[in-house]
Amino acid sequence: VKIFATYNIKGGVGKTTAAVNLAYLSAADGCRTLLWDLDPQGAASFLFRIKPRVKGGGKALIRGTKTLDDAIKGTDFDHLDLLPADFTYRNMDLLLDDAGAKPTRKLARLLRPMAAEYDHVFLDCPPSISLVSENVMHAADVLLVPLIPTTLSVRTLDQLTEFVAGFSGRRPQVWAFFSMVDRRKKLHQEITKDLQAERTGVAATPIPALSMIERMSVERAPVTVFAPRSVAARAYRALWAEVQQDPKP
Amino acid sequence: VTATGLREFVADTAAGEDSSLAAVESALSQAFTVRQEPGAAGSGTHRRTWLDTFDWRLYKAGLTLRFEQARRGGRLVLSKADGTPQAEQPVTSWPRRPGLAEDLPPGPVRDRILVLTSPRALLPIVRAVSTVTVTRLLNADGKTVARLVADHVMVTAPAARNTAADTTAELPLRLTVAEVRGYPSQARKAAGLLAGVPGVSQASQSVFTAALTALGRHPADYTSGVEAEITATMPAPVAVARLLLRLLDTLELNVPGVLSDIDTEFLHDLRVAVRRTRSAIKLLGGVLPAGLAEHFTTEFKWLGDATTPVRDLDVHLLGFPALTGQLVAASPAELEPLRAFLARRRAREFRRLAAALRGPRFRAITQDWRKALLEIRDVDGPRRRRPSAVALALSTTARAFRRIAAKGSAITTDSPPEALHDLRKRAKELRYLLEFFAPLHDPVAYRKVVSDLKQLQDCLGEFQDSEVQRHEIHDLADAMLAERAAPAATLLAMGEIAAKLALSQAEARAEFAARFARFAGPAGQERVRVLLEGRA
Repeated sequence: VKIFATYNIKGGVGKTTAAVNLAYLSAADGCRTLLWDLDPQGAASFLFRIKPRVKGGGKALIRGTKTLDDAIKGTDFDHLDLLPADFTYRNMDLLLDDAGAKPTRKLARLLRPMAAEYDHVFLDCPPSISLVSENVMHAADVLLVPLIPTTLSVRTLDQLTEFVAGFSGRRPQVWAFFSMVDRRKKLHQEITKDLQAERTGVAATPIPALSMIERMSVERAPVTVFAPRSVAARAYRALWAEVQQDPKP
Repeated sequence: VTATGLREFVADTAAGEDSSLAAVESALSQAFTVRQEPGAAGSGTHRRTWLDTFDWRLYKAGLTLRFEQARRGGRLVLSKADGTPQAEQPVTSWPRRPGLAEDLPPGPVRDRILVLTSPRALLPIVRAVSTVTVTRLLNADGKTVARLVADHVMVTAPAARNTAADTTAELPLRLTVAEVRGYPSQARKAAGLLAGVPGVSQASQSVFTAALTALGRHPADYTSGVEAEITATMPAPVAVARLLLRLLDTLELNVPGVLSDIDTEFLHDLRVAVRRTRSAIKLLGGVLPAGLAEHFTTEFKWLGDATTPVRDLDVHLLGFPALTGQLVAASPAELEPLRAFLARRRAREFRRLAAALRGPRFRAITQDWRKALLEIRDVDGPRRRRPSAVALALSTTARAFRRIAAKGSAITTDSPPEALHDLRKRAKELRYLLEFFAPLHDPVAYRKVVSDLKQLQDCLGEFQDSEVQRHEIHDLADAMLAERAAPAATLLAMGEIAAKLALSQAEARAEFAARFARFAGPAGQERVRVLLEGRA
């Protein structure tokens, strides 16, 4: 199993839309795919029309009184399952802290039994720096970091890369990609170009800011499903092809 | 559709498939939004073929094997009778002709069925063409919470003979509620609604079983055993006629398979039926009308002889891998000219055999024989006084046993091989008598006697087969030399094989005394006495 996590400290940068579309594309390729909506807001669950509720809440999952397996729901699409969000996930930091030894490795341990059942797991993280995000980084093989092309977001990427580099043992591969790119803004174009030239691990495919992507919350489906030929869907497909490879050195 | 927890129903489509589907959808719309899902996974046309050997070896082992055709190639799926999957493997194509398991590419299905089915071919038993439509059942959020899979199945049983037409039948519409993971209660609800639709009922049979029923085929309807329907009090001529008719049925059932050269067991079973018939005529023919036995003795001898050359070559070819495996000095490649020679000979002999089986003499034998036997079975009046079936069974079996005991006891280490060959024939006759009258015997006593007898027969068989094969190797060597088809290395390898055979023969000879003592000694005699007198 390969675990992908969409992460950014900031909210509203396109984490969930990326997770939903890439997970769908993975499943459409025939890979058995699980998407875990870790965000208590439950946006990914909403997009798949699944109630953001887990029996027993986050506590039952973290403490192991309920296995992840029991909480998983089938989406409308073949090979794609979802582990729904739950409002109690807002306390996940505390739950993880109580979870005993190595609290930063708890999610990785919980996910281990999923290895036989799925080829790809996507973790859609809430925005923050917390024990949850640290857990996600330890569990993930690939960190997908959406960046809005601003100077500040580049700094955030640097911080994240440094943080991950400090891990002892296994480190996730970091793939940043530009998100909500507005082609009309000169600054967006410059930053996109410069960073792609300067840094490794920055995807060549940007995800543009498009109203079609915003429509997902109306259609309640991945854009790759309801508008498969749209620019947005094409961008996600290109990104998916790219992030399955190793970043160029 | 990759959902688990299937719930299957059948719909009585007497009022038309569309109207019964409409009734189903209207029932489901009480709780769900019902939406067609064109192009859903699993929808469209599917072709499946269920395979088994002529004698239903997979079925008898509680297994079913199907080939699921895909756009390119397909896959073989082996499952238990209840549908539990056992193994599957992709295959690029399933040959039009029935194939042998050993011809399959390596894979888990081949591994599971090879020993079970060899040397029999896998024949298509039922072909099914399914037209599948998938309907989504949505909840108030528009989320798919279950699926209804409707399967319209047409089934065909391939004709046994090339000349006959295939049988086709339409199965009742099959409706399956497929669960979506995490929504078990919704699937239960849908199944409950479905069960309430008039004309819809739980499917009690698998598609395969339903197809067999619809096509009028009975699983395991072929067995190479005797299993005649006889009773103890039946007049002996009637019992013998029933027995011989049963053997004739078996003989005739195997003819198409022999002629199509599907696998070597068809000819084997046909020959066993002929041998049993000849033994029955010889040992029991006394109760048949005068003249009948004499005529058919000649005819069945002709038939038996006509089948011998091909069978002998089959035995050589089937045993070839084992043969080459035994070589110590020579290499298997050096025996290849022998294999090629055997294959050429077989092709030639097979043409002769096929001509005989298609010819007038064979047709006359089977037709006249059946007519005569039916007359005895059905028209046999109560005028003559005759023994009962059980009396005939006991007297002939006791005589056959006494004969073996006497002949076997006379065999010493100095006896010529012919003495053992003769004893083998007598043992075979006794075995046939036991099998013919098996329904009249106590099963436990029967099994004990047959088990001892089988040990003796195996030993005698090994002795004689080794000798015959050794002589055949010599003859083959002569024939190959005459045709200039024998390199020196091949002849040397054949010499090594002949030596091995001589060794096996000597071993069998050494074992004979012990096996015979077990069968005909005091304990063996007691077992036979229990068998015969327990009934008398």
